[in-house]
Amino acid sequence: MIDDSWRFCINAHNRFSGRRSAERDRRRLIGNRVTGGESRPAGSGEGSRLVAVLELTNISKHFGAIQAVNDVSFTLEAGQVVGLMGDNGAGKSTLVKMIAGNFRPSEGTMRLEGKEIVMHRPVEARQHGIEIVHQDLALCNNLTAAANVFLGRELRRGIGPFRILDYKTMYRRAGEIFKELKSETRPRDLVKQMSGGQRQAVAIGRTMLSEAKIVLMDEPTAAISVRQVAEVLNLIRELRDRGISVVLISHRMPDVFTVADRVIVMRRGRKVADKAIAASSPEEVTGLITGAIEQV
Amino acid sequence: MAVTLDQTIAQKQRSRLAEFVGGQTFWVLIAVLLACLFLSFATDSFATSKNLYNITRNVTFVAIIALGMTLVIITGGIDLSVGSVLCLCSMVLAVTMNAGYSIEVGITAAIVTALVIGAFNGVLIAYLNFPPFVVTLGMLSIARSLAMVASNNTVVFQFGPDHDKLLALGGGAWFFGIANPVLYMVILALITGFVLRWTRFGRYVFAIGGNEHAATLTGVPVRTIKVAVYMISALSAGIAGIVQTGWLGAVTTNIGAGMELQVIAAAVIGGANLAGGVGTAFGALVGAALIEVIRNSLGLLGINAFWQGTFIGGAIVLAVLFDRIRNLRQSE
Repeated sequence: MIDDSWRFCINAHNRFSGRRSAERDRRRLIGNRVTGGESRPAGSGEGSRLVAVLELTNISKHFGAIQAVNDVSFTLEAGQVVGLMGDNGAGKSTLVKMIAGNFRPSEGTMRLEGKEIVMHRPVEARQHGIEIVHQDLALCNNLTAAANVFLGRELRRGIGPFRILDYKTMYRRAGEIFKELKSETRPRDLVKQMSGGQRQAVAIGRTMLSEAKIVLMDEPTAAISVRQVAEVLNLIRELRDRGISVVLISHRMPDVFTVADRVIVMRRGRKVADKAIAASSPEEVTGLITGAIEQV
Repeated sequence: MAVTLDQTIAQKQRSRLAEFVGGQTFWVLIAVLLACLFLSFATDSFATSKNLYNITRNVTFVAIIALGMTLVIITGGIDLSVGSVLCLCSMVLAVTMNAGYSIEVGITAAIVTALVIGAFNGVLIAYLNFPPFVVTLGMLSIARSLAMVASNNTVVFQFGPDHDKLLALGGGAWFFGIANPVLYMVILALITGFVLRWTRFGRYVFAIGGNEHAATLTGVPVRTIKVAVYMISALSAGIAGIVQTGWLGAVTTNIGAGMELQVIAAAVIGGANLAGGVGTAFGALVGAALIEVIRNSLGLLGINAFWQGTFIGGAIVLAVLFDRIRNLRQSE
């Protein structure tokens, strides 16, 4: 029953993207469920009551003489969607790659749930519960949805070295994940035959295998049709509702303003804005990206 | 709402049987069976036990290597060196046994040779990013040359103290009158099929062929798997070489010349896609069988042997054409 009403809210919301009240109500409802009674208003000044999952302090990264990221600090909170915006070369990708373990910061510290972490490889980030959904999704078209979800983390059964793939459990688990994501994706179908939204669900499904704390999404809506964008935004909401903090890199202003709670704008390697979506506007963000507005 | 979602997710779009019947391998199998049926009515000599024994045995050498080649092709690679590797391994076996060593030593030497060559190919391809075509083309030349060096380009037909054991290994029929090479082929095909479907290694082989970049990003040990695949390909050539030596009873430096093309043809006819990501062990056997049936039937029907290439080439194009048409229909 509740699922249905939520779904309706999402649909209604997508249809009238100007109306945010239904969305807010829904979020409060979920907030109650996730945090156990404590009401959780979206974004804004009360954000300090939320748990900081990841804390970046004075992070910088330079490649030789090029300063890609310059003295950036921010915190990610559980169950929050943060839109990371900026022009090409603003340092968004570099920043995200540092969080995902692809690069090591030149300066600054990262704290995961209060503990300082230093990562050398993407695998370590994964072990810390940081998952990334790549821009190109990194899917194998010739494999099934379930095989793609479990790629690199296959479940096996058997004894010792004689272990075979556990198809049954993988299909079942993948099915459960797609159900949680409310995506009509069949685990046994080849990814080749899938729509953009379904492919996105498969890529996001990977992040749900482990207890991810942070999911980084690189341009998830860049290469898909308008109709499928709504589907992907719903997937992002599902992640948030599970208490995962999502970093959404996007060029598409409407997507960020539809789904994000907070927006961070980068320009020339610096953070020029970090504020609640409700307190900002697409015009302001555009100004920040282009440099018409210096800093907020 | 939730119920329909459940049903959708649980739905199997196509059963495995339907998938098989829709595939290229199935149609090639039908072609092989029809050809056999036609030949048994059209000629007196086809359906004789002697001819069938010959066909099944002739199929095996190409089929065994095609199994290894199928793995390479699934990863999106190619191995042109298999014919020469077969020759070199046969020669290593022959020379070692000729020098008075036992069959165990000879076979071990041949297999080690195959694995070293495969590892060499694989390391160059996986770690130094050489194109597979170039590396294995070079190895095609190197391996045959080494075989000539090892034997001084002579024919070896004396295999020392274990001479008879080796001939029995390749030429015998230990199990219900089925030629030994056929037994080896069936066992190897079962192992290959099992590995491809049921092991993580097999899954990774397909993943690399489907999207190597994605495989790397998701933590698949792409380089290790690639090296292993080229080692398996060379190993299959080595095994075929050992068996063929036992069957022929003699080794020359020109055995296996041009065999790589037959092997690739068998794999492709059987449904392996040179672009990577698709292929089966069973397909490799069926493809090899079709080639052999075509060759055999031309002889039996009294058609000039010069036509052989045309028919085999036609079979390659036709088999892939069916697949193309099916894909076109799907994409529309």
